[in-house]
Amino acid sequence: MKQSSAQISDLTAAMIAVRNDRDRDAFALLFDHFAPRLKGFIMRTGTGSGQAEEIVQDVMLTVWRKADQFDPERAQVSAWVYQITRNRQIDVIRKENKPLPEELGEDPSAEPDASQILAVEQEAGQLKGALARLKPDQREMIEKAYLGELTHQEISTQTGLPLGTIKSRIRLGLEKLRHELKELR
Amino acid sequence: MTTITHHAPDALLAAYAGGSLPKPFALAVAAHISLCLDCRAAYEAHLATGGAVLETTNSEAVSDGLKSNVLDLLDAPVTEKPVYQRSGAFPGPVMEALKGKPPRWKSLGMGVRQSILSDGRDGSVRLLYIPPGRAVPDHSHNGLELTLVLQGSFRDETGRFGVGDLEVADQSLEHTPIADEGAPCICLAATDAPLRFNSFVPRLLQPLFRI
Repeated sequence: MKQSSAQISDLTAAMIAVRNDRDRDAFALLFDHFAPRLKGFIMRTGTGSGQAEEIVQDVMLTVWRKADQFDPERAQVSAWVYQITRNRQIDVIRKENKPLPEELGEDPSAEPDASQILAVEQEAGQLKGALARLKPDQREMIEKAYLGELTHQEISTQTGLPLGTIKSRIRLGLEKLRHELKELR
Repeated sequence: MTTITHHAPDALLAAYAGGSLPKPFALAVAAHISLCLDCRAAYEAHLATGGAVLETTNSEAVSDGLKSNVLDLLDAPVTEKPVYQRSGAFPGPVMEALKGKPPRWKSLGMGVRQSILSDGRDGSVRLLYIPPGRAVPDHSHNGLELTLVLQGSFRDETGRFGVGDLEVADQSLEHTPIADEGAPCICLAATDAPLRFNSFVPRLLQPLFRI
């Protein structure tokens, strides 16, 4: 990995070790971090403890099996795990597969750029900080939106929903995508 | 790649990321994101926010055996679901809805054709094929309607829509989309209402028949 003065987080490093080296100890670390959070997250939508654990198991196995799709230059581990979790919840609850966008043509780089990873992590950290500073009712609306409990009409008419806060954070991902597109041409 | 000028509104992307969109709309948004880097980036920003919510949700202790169960299953054989690749004008999610086969077009008259991908309680989604200069058939404007251009282009009172553009229309929009000259226009059209009729009369005829 290209050197950088700051350190990338243990979670990102573990995910890269799972992806590149099929590292079981690293996977165990990811499990310890995510499994209880996932269970709490899933149970918030009214799913019982037993079924929630089944979904946690499916999600963690997908993290292992689809690790080659994880791109730390574009997404933080938590964002990637969130996506897998919501897709799995929808598949289980609605008994149908959620349509997903095409994967980008390029495989994630095996030697990711540490400064880009750090920038993505920094952005995610700022996002978490912004969430923590919201008023309780605003925070509740955000949580409902990302638990799939608000329709798009409700999201668009919620005046208290600070989506603008989020939009201001997309700059990095967008720049990265533009950069990749240029390389593909 | 042509320049996409009509994007998915942010609330739609947030609802897609959160998973509350009915499947017909989810398909239209997934297909649009497949063609539009701007909306892919915005979608990934929503996933990042979802990740932040996940990180800050209260934890629940998992059963003692869960971790060893999962570790034991890491090398268990799995049957991979097929991944549908883009084919011609059809992005991967549309190919998946077509189950990898070419569309089965049914004539609607005047050279206009449709291929219904799904029609159920949560709405409908279909492909439309409109020859140059012809009008796009009515999409049963009960509620919201998303139209994604996959080939060619069309124009209406609100502007021009080319490949990758997503038109978001609610009941209040009175418009008459006409396919431009050049290649036939192929669109993916999704509504949150079931189709009202088995066959459609192209919009140009509607004033005559007052449907």
